[in-house]
Amino acid sequence: MRRAVSIAVAIFALAAPPAFAANSTNPEADFKAFREYFTQRFPKVPLNDFVNGPYSMDAGLRKQWKEIDAFPPYQFAVDKGKQMFTTPFKNGKTYADCFPNKGIGIRQNYPYFDTKSGKVVTLDVAINQCREANGEQPYNYNKDDMAALTAYMAFTSRGKPFAIKIPNDPRALAAYQKGEEYFYARRGQLNFSCASCHVQNPGGHLRTEVLAPALGIVAALPIYRSGWGGMGTTSRRLRSCNSQVGAVPFKAEDELYRDVEYYLSYMSNGLPISGPGARP
Amino acid sequence: MASTIRMRAVASGDTTEVQALVQHPMDSGFVKDSKGNLIPPHYIEVMEIEHAGKTVFTAFWGPAVSKDPYIKFSFKGAKKGDDLTISWVDNEGQSDSLVGKVQ
Amino acid sequence: MRIRALIHLVVILSAGGLATAALAASADDFKAAYAKAEAANKEAGALKNQWTATVSKLKAAQAAAADGNYDEAVKDAQHAEALANASIAQAKEQAAVWKQAVIR
Repeated sequence: MRRAVSIAVAIFALAAPPAFAANSTNPEADFKAFREYFTQRFPKVPLNDFVNGPYSMDAGLRKQWKEIDAFPPYQFAVDKGKQMFTTPFKNGKTYADCFPNKGIGIRQNYPYFDTKSGKVVTLDVAINQCREANGEQPYNYNKDDMAALTAYMAFTSRGKPFAIKIPNDPRALAAYQKGEEYFYARRGQLNFSCASCHVQNPGGHLRTEVLAPALGIVAALPIYRSGWGGMGTTSRRLRSCNSQVGAVPFKAEDELYRDVEYYLSYMSNGLPISGPGARP
Repeated sequence: MASTIRMRAVASGDTTEVQALVQHPMDSGFVKDSKGNLIPPHYIEVMEIEHAGKTVFTAFWGPAVSKDPYIKFSFKGAKKGDDLTISWVDNEGQSDSLVGKVQ
Repeated sequence: MRIRALIHLVVILSAGGLATAALAASADDFKAAYAKAEAANKEAGALKNQWTATVSKLKAAQAAAADGNYDEAVKDAQHAEALANASIAQAKEQAAVWKQAVIR
């Protein structure tokens, strides 16, 4: 397995065009290979610990995190999110009316592929769909309101294993593959892909930051980042990663962002929700 | 209105360890908003913790302390069930306080 | 490989290695150079792969032109066009090679 990976990396480094034909998409095979790559590379990390990102990679950082977690910086956002979640819309309905299980403990089922619209629907998108269906203005995907609400919903889902489904629909498979392509393609003037940092260098350093492994990386979202001095949504994180490598970010919840979240969430199936997270 | 202060105090023998998290923007006055205007300074100046009428901890904060400050310290002389009062005052004259019990 | 060559080209341009003719650039020269750069960046946008450096360079070109400094403005616009072309090459190359990076 590792040899196959190192050969693939070597070919990639030579930047020679591929001699073999393109593989057809096989999510189950991808899932197995992805999981084995990380568990073999980090044999001492318990499987469920990968969702803690850099803290599963660095003992010193983990110690600081454990102290911080006694008084988590995201708790203000969770409290605000709970208040928002339980406050009815102008028409008297609440978020509980839009979501299964009244919206409690459901974060692990998102994103899902909506066969009606033919698009991936993330939790953030589902929240705005609920708002618009009830005559309310949608929230900005990058800002604090959405971050607070998703922080609360993630909090109620803590510990629940990701259960992402790819229905037997060629459009779903196409979305999965577009997400996979987005993850592995290099972008920006720095010519990095998501994989450059999160597959090739987890546990490594990017300036002062310790890189998280791609396995379980979406489980902690949304995150309180000390660097931001506040809570950030999935969209905020994806878009800032783009600008950090010199790529112009798309609009929040662009189809490609949804697709890559779909891909990464599927790769994390079985791993527990650890959000909302606290990161340096 | 929810308190801006979260506190936990745990006694172990004669020593009590206190942790507190305070929700406050702690604007330094040097940062500009997205329109290019300076966000005015708004930060906690003094934070105090009292036990049995005596001040056991005083913090003189200012613009160098980041948003939502967190502190942790230990002191002697308290026991389980005692009251601890945390209070703060900022440069705009706003304040908040919280009374919590030592666990 | 092609993308590395393009990055080298951009570096040379930015080092001011582009020898201009003795004639100073005009506003029309700038408009033409800028239009080319914008078109290239638009193509990069269609490929969903624009660089922030391209956007900054386009802004710098506009700022120089607004100052009446057309030599600088043309240089910046040409630099922006090179950056946009590099981002296009990157997108096309990556579409062909990304599968090699996938963990199998």
